Amino acid sequence: MSRALVLLRREAALAWGRGGGPLIAVGFYAGVATLMPLAIGPEPERLAAIALGAAWVALALASLLCLDRLFERDYEDGALEGLVLSETPLELVCAIKCLGQWLATGAPLAVAAPVAAIALGADPALAPLIFLCALVGGLAFAFTGGIGAALSLGARRGGLLTAVIVLPLFVPPVIFGGGALDAFAGGLPWQSGLALLGAYAAAAVALGPVAMAGACRNALT
Amino acid sequence: MIPAPAFLSNPERFMSFSRWAAPLFGVIAIGLGLAGLWLGFTAPEDYQQGDTVRIMFIHVPAAWLAMFVYACLAVASFLSLVFRHVLADAAAAAAAPLGAGFTFLALVTGSLWGRPMWGAWWVWDARLTSVLILFLIYLAYIALRGAIDDETKAGRASAILALVGAVNLPVIHYSVEWWNSLHQGASVLREGGPAMPPVFLVPLLLMALAYTSAFGSLWLVRIRGEVWRRRAEAAALRAARA
Repeated sequence: MSRALVLLRREAALAWGRGGGPLIAVGFYAGVATLMPLAIGPEPERLAAIALGAAWVALALASLLCLDRLFERDYEDGALEGLVLSETPLELVCAIKCLGQWLATGAPLAVAAPVAAIALGADPALAPLIFLCALVGGLAFAFTGGIGAALSLGARRGGLLTAVIVLPLFVPPVIFGGGALDAFAGGLPWQSGLALLGAYAAAAVALGPVAMAGACRNALT
Repeated sequence: MIPAPAFLSNPERFMSFSRWAAPLFGVIAIGLGLAGLWLGFTAPEDYQQGDTVRIMFIHVPAAWLAMFVYACLAVASFLSLVFRHVLADAAAAAAAPLGAGFTFLALVTGSLWGRPMWGAWWVWDARLTSVLILFLIYLAYIALRGAIDDETKAGRASAILALVGAVNLPVIHYSVEWWNSLHQGASVLREGGPAMPPVFLVPLLLMALAYTSAFGSLWLVRIRGEVWRRRAEAAALRAARA
């Protein structure tokens, strides 16, 4: 257990400190959110109609951006081989890596998400739900994204490949989160969207590490 | 159409089976396809859709095959991942571009049908969207396989992706339906309504059989090509060592 905690601290520290970490993620997020009104026009009513969706899609893209160093870093310097040989099951190691990624970039993005949505014109009453959706959705993005990052280890143009692999897998969380926010904004029952988002995140946490561990073992043979 | 893996897992037996099976399926596909097209084009116009109903004979079997080929790809990937069977890996590699082709055909013909019937080339209907995402998953599979140089590694990585996609596809499908029902009350796509009259049903089924047979033929040809390519590479390696 203590080994897992040490690993979690290492992963979170690496994701936080090296290569910009949350600063780059939030900066990218703010940049995409800024481009939206520039492309669509500054009229508040037009922006308010797309504010939630734009903030939510930008969040998915920002989570995608942080994935490319998740396994690549340890693959390049050989630390991944050590992790494979260690007594901790590789599935658990992969889960801890994604958890560290979520703590270091998913949580800061979840804090930034309501700010971006409100700046685009969303109702401030939505802020708690946006935060919650971004937090739960970030977990789903980290664990499904980890599959793509692990699969593209050792491939040419790995970063771009990760995006191509992962974007179709982001469809359900994007729909569920966007649906919950949309329903809340329209005064409809929104709990089912959040529950489905949580279910997808839970399934990703349970099954994703198995695929990631398989992909890591394959990349190292 | 999934060949009995136990019998065909021997490459020699597979090669001697596919040697005559591939052209046979091809001939069956051409015969059934010609008959289906003939019946399809001589069928009367639909009272609502007019002549555009004929697009259905090209479109619907392509959409069926798009899903069927993914099932074949997932089974082949599972076999190659669990039993590390070379032929299963070759079958998965051979199936993916065919599946992407059928999916693309379904999307294009659907779009051609949608323009006169719905007045739009594309609508964000649940079914259209999930087929589009299926196409993206095929592309991701092909891209991953092409991006890794080591062939064994590429095979295993893309097999994992095929299985991840197989687990996700039903979820994606239902999530898209949930999304659609949330955003708009009635679907644009009218579910066929009453049962289809035989003048349309017979050519449709003939075309479906023709497509399946064509896929079987092309799949076998592509697996054969893959086997020959690997044999040639092994021979070149032996020659280089000698």
